[in-house]
Formats: sequence, C-alpha cells, structure tokens
Amino acid sequence: MLIFLLRRLLLTIPTLLGVALIVFALMRAIPGDVVTGLVGLEGNVAPERMDELRRMFGLDLPVHVQFGQWLMALLQGDLGSSLRTGRPVAVDLVLRFPVTLELTVLGLLIALIVAVPLGVTAALNRGRWLDAAGSLFVLLGLSIPGFFLGILLILAFSLQLGWLPPAGYVPFAEAPLDNLRHMLLPAASLGLILAAATTRIVRSSLLETLGRDYVRTARAKGLRERTVTYRHALRTALIPVVTVVGLQFGQLLGGAVIIEQVFSLPGVGRFALEGINLRDYPTVQGAVLLIAAAFVAVNLVVDVLYAVIDPRVRYG
Amino acid sequence: MAEPTAAGLDRSTSDRSTPGAEIARRLIMGAGGVGLVFVVLAVVAAVAAPWLAPYDPIALNPPARLQGPSALHWLGTDQYGRDTLSRIVHGGRASLSVAFAATIFALLVGGTLGALAGFYLGALDTAIMRFTDVLLSFPAILLAIALLAFLGSGFANLVLAIGVVYVGPFARVARAAVLTVREEQFVEASRALGSRDLRILTGAVIPAAAAPILVETTLRLAYALLAEASLSFLGLGTQPPAPSWGMMIAEGRRYLALSPWATVAPGLAIMVVVLGFNLLGDGLRDVLDPRLRRRR
Repeated sequence: MLIFLLRRLLLTIPTLLGVALIVFALMRAIPGDVVTGLVGLEGNVAPERMDELRRMFGLDLPVHVQFGQWLMALLQGDLGSSLRTGRPVAVDLVLRFPVTLELTVLGLLIALIVAVPLGVTAALNRGRWLDAAGSLFVLLGLSIPGFFLGILLILAFSLQLGWLPPAGYVPFAEAPLDNLRHMLLPAASLGLILAAATTRIVRSSLLETLGRDYVRTARAKGLRERTVTYRHALRTALIPVVTVVGLQFGQLLGGAVIIEQVFSLPGVGRFALEGINLRDYPTVQGAVLLIAAAFVAVNLVVDVLYAVIDPRVRYG
Repeated sequence: MAEPTAAGLDRSTSDRSTPGAEIARRLIMGAGGVGLVFVVLAVVAAVAAPWLAPYDPIALNPPARLQGPSALHWLGTDQYGRDTLSRIVHGGRASLSVAFAATIFALLVGGTLGALAGFYLGALDTAIMRFTDVLLSFPAILLAIALLAFLGSGFANLVLAIGVVYVGPFARVARAAVLTVREEQFVEASRALGSRDLRILTGAVIPAAAAPILVETTLRLAYALLAEASLSFLGLGTQPPAPSWGMMIAEGRRYLALSPWATVAPGLAIMVVVLGFNLLGDGLRDVLDPRLRRRR
C-alpha cells in the first residue's frame, strides 16, 4: 500500500509539471506580450520604456531560462502580483478558494443524496415507469447547461417563490445559516447535473451486481431481499461509483467557474473571469494553476480511495 | 499486391450492407431516431436561417422590447426589441458550426494520435498518452477558458479551445479501439500481404475500430455544444452582435424578472439539440455494440 501510494504520488509530479508548462506556454501565446497588454491600456509609452519593462519582467531572456525562473518562483508560492491592484495573486486565491471548495463539496453532497436513492430505485424497478422516470431525469440532466439550470432555479425559487436569494455570498463563519441559504441554489445547479451522470452509473452498476453469483447465494441462504440488496449488492455496486463521482468531482471545479459567475459568488472562478476581462494575466494564470492543481489532487485522492475500497486495484 | 486487398475490402463492404440496413432500421426505430430528428431539424434550421427567420436577428426595434410571445413574435423579443425566434434560428449557426468544427478537429488530432499510439505501442504510445494525460489534468471547461483568455476570442480560437480539450478523450477511445482489433486475423492478413503500415492502419484497422469512435464523436458533439454555450455565456465565445444561444441567455438574464422568455427560449434550444445528440449517441452505441449497453 505504501509503495502504491508513493508511486502514485511520484506520478503526479510530471503531470503537474506538464500543467505548469501549458499555462506558461499560454502566457507566451498572448498576442503581443504582457507588456503590450499592460501598456496598451495606459496610453502612449516610449519604446525604450517598453524595453525596460520587458527587462523587468525578464522577457529579454531565453525562453527556457524564463520558464526555469518562473517555475522556481511558482514552487516558492510566488504567483506574481495583480497588474490591477498590485496585490500578490496568491493572497487573493487563499481568500477565495474556500468559496469554490464549499460550492463543489455541497454540489457533490447534493449529487449523492439525489443519485444513490434514484439509481437504486431505478435498478430495482427495471423496465417499469419508475425506471423510465429515472432515465428521463438522467437525459435531461445530461442535456441542460449548468448555468441555464442555475438561471431556471433563480427564476423559480428566487423570483417567483421568493424563498432563496438570487445572488450574493455571506461567509460561513459570520452567519452559517445565511451562508447555506446563499449556497443552496448554486450547489444544486452543480449537484443536479452531476446527479444525472451518477444515477446512471448507480443503476447499471447495481443491476450488474444483482446478477452475480454471490448475490444469488445470499438469496438462496434465505436472506430477506432488503438485506441482499442493501448489505450485499449495493456495497459492491458503489465501488465503480466512487471512481466516476471522484473524476466528476474534479470537473465540478470547472463547472464552479461558471456557476460562480451566475450567482455572483466571490470564488476562484469569478476571480479568473474578472482577470480575463481586465487583461490581468497573472491573476488568470494563478487561478488556472490553482484549479488545475486542485483537480490533480482530487484525482490522486480518488485513486488512493479506490485502492483502499477495492484491494484488487493495488495488484492490477 | 494491391489487388487482393482491394477485392477483400469490396467483399467485406458488400457483405455488410444488409446488416448495415438492419442497424439503420433499429437506430431509427429507437430513441436514437428521436435524437436524429432533433439534430436534423436543428441543422436544417441553422443552414436555412436567412429564409426561415421571420425577422432580421440584429435589427433593433426598441418600441417592441421585452415582449412575451405573440402572433407577431412567437417567442417574444429581447431588451432591444429583437425577435427571439429569429435570434435562436440564427444563433444555431454559430453554436452548431463551432461544435461541429471543434469536434472534427478533436477527432482528427485525437483520433490520429490515439490510433498511432495503439498501433505502434512502445515509446510512441507512452509519449502520446502522457501528453493526453496532461491535457486531461485540467477540468475541461477551465482549459478552454484559459486558452480563450490568453489567445483572445473569435471563431478560430473558439474552435481551437473546445477542440483541444477533447483531443484527450478521442485519443483514449481511438487507442482502446485500435488495441482491440490490432491482433485480429484480418490485420495480420493485411500485414502478411506486405502492406505498408499506413495501408494496414487506414485499410484494415481503422474501419474495424470505427464504431466506438463514431459513438464518441456523436456524444462529444453534445459536450462541444454545451461548451460553446458556456463560453458564449461567459462572453468568451461568439461576439455580439451575431447571436449565439449562450450569449442570448447572458443578455436576457438581466431582464429575467421582466421577461423570462428571452432567456428561457435559447436555453431550451440548447437543451433540445444537446438532448438530440445524446439520444443519437446512446442509440448508436446500442445498435453498434450491444455489449456496451449495460456499462453506462
């Protein structure tokens, strides 16, 4: 287990390096460069001054040296400073990441609360109308864009019924209940879509398990159907669900970027989008790196978790 | 040398024509047929937009702004008095052409990389798959957002941003599909006949591995459409005044309380077309490979 863990940890290093390389390459692909982007908004600047600025950013050095310096700074947690506010990007990211994390974790919870019972019900009623209703939910969930679902939820629960606020954020530490009221609709927009994909997997995985020999043995022993389904079959059936949900959880981080925009939540995604509109490249770069790193970390945790639940994986 | 191979291919295609018709029949009779109808309707509407749309999609008509559905404007009007139905029909052009172009880009690049990896294995395989692993270590939409943020928006960049994101999935599917057929006898036969690698790949391996790749292509079109809508919603995709569905939702939502039609109608348009591609993809998977049916 330790060796598996170590190997898996080591494997993330080239991945993270690749992620850093792509982000670095994208920064260089900006039409013109950072300096023209920066200066373009300020007005007329002498060419000598532009060259001076380029030297300041290290843009006159060979590319591989630039990458080396940039990577060293990155490893020390230095993501540069915002071109707008002058504040270190890392400081703002630390402030904003909890919002994104809360949103995705709540989304995941909602997905599981909806998907597991729904998938089980669909599997146990295979071919009947409950199953068909489940399939309809799955198809609609896979076809609706998250931001549109968010807007429909705002339309129904904020504008029509007036139950929940349509936008805004209150820190959990200040007012826990108010925080949850603000987070419920955004988390549901993320969670219901993940629930659709998950329901499908719970259903097919449980159906497959119910056909296995050991389930038949359990039935033959005279165990009640409930016991067979929930104690024996469902446990095994949930193993593939863990992987898929884990991988999807990473995608939630991407979805959160858009949902934060819909509900005006001050998370990392909104931070990145504000940076894009202001051509504040260090901000965008920092936010993209953070979310990508979180994504890699989530996938690592899922892999390890999978090995803990299913010992066969380790030897495979 | 080429003769026997060509004859062999001819025979195999003619042998397959009857099951081919059977597959088409089963696809159309099932839910896949419904999906096909949605997709064809959307494509026809987009292509024929200038003739179908009752109004100019970008002509302003302030006195008629934010109306609900009426005989004049079936789906109402937006905040500038532009006809929502006309904008949806025209918006489909942007959304669908980006989705198709991006998916074809990903299919060509990712499919080629995956096929090469699965065919040659070894160091080339390792290099290609490590590269796709890195592409896949971003949340999909984030990579597209980052690309557009740094490259700027516009049709070509939008296609590139969405296309690059799906190179990884296509490479994986193509590699897996090629792996399952590369040891088959007809591949060996082609090799025994002295065919060169390129001919073995294009003549024997790829046609046999095409089914899962076709299914993947159809389902990716659904994702690409969702991605285009999301990016346009964020203001990174299609630029105004040309309408696109995602952008219409972003513009309409500011007037959500006054007139939800301008927001809800383009959202439903996205849903119907994405649903169409999903149904078609699922249907294709069911008829092309019944074994895959239970996995999802």
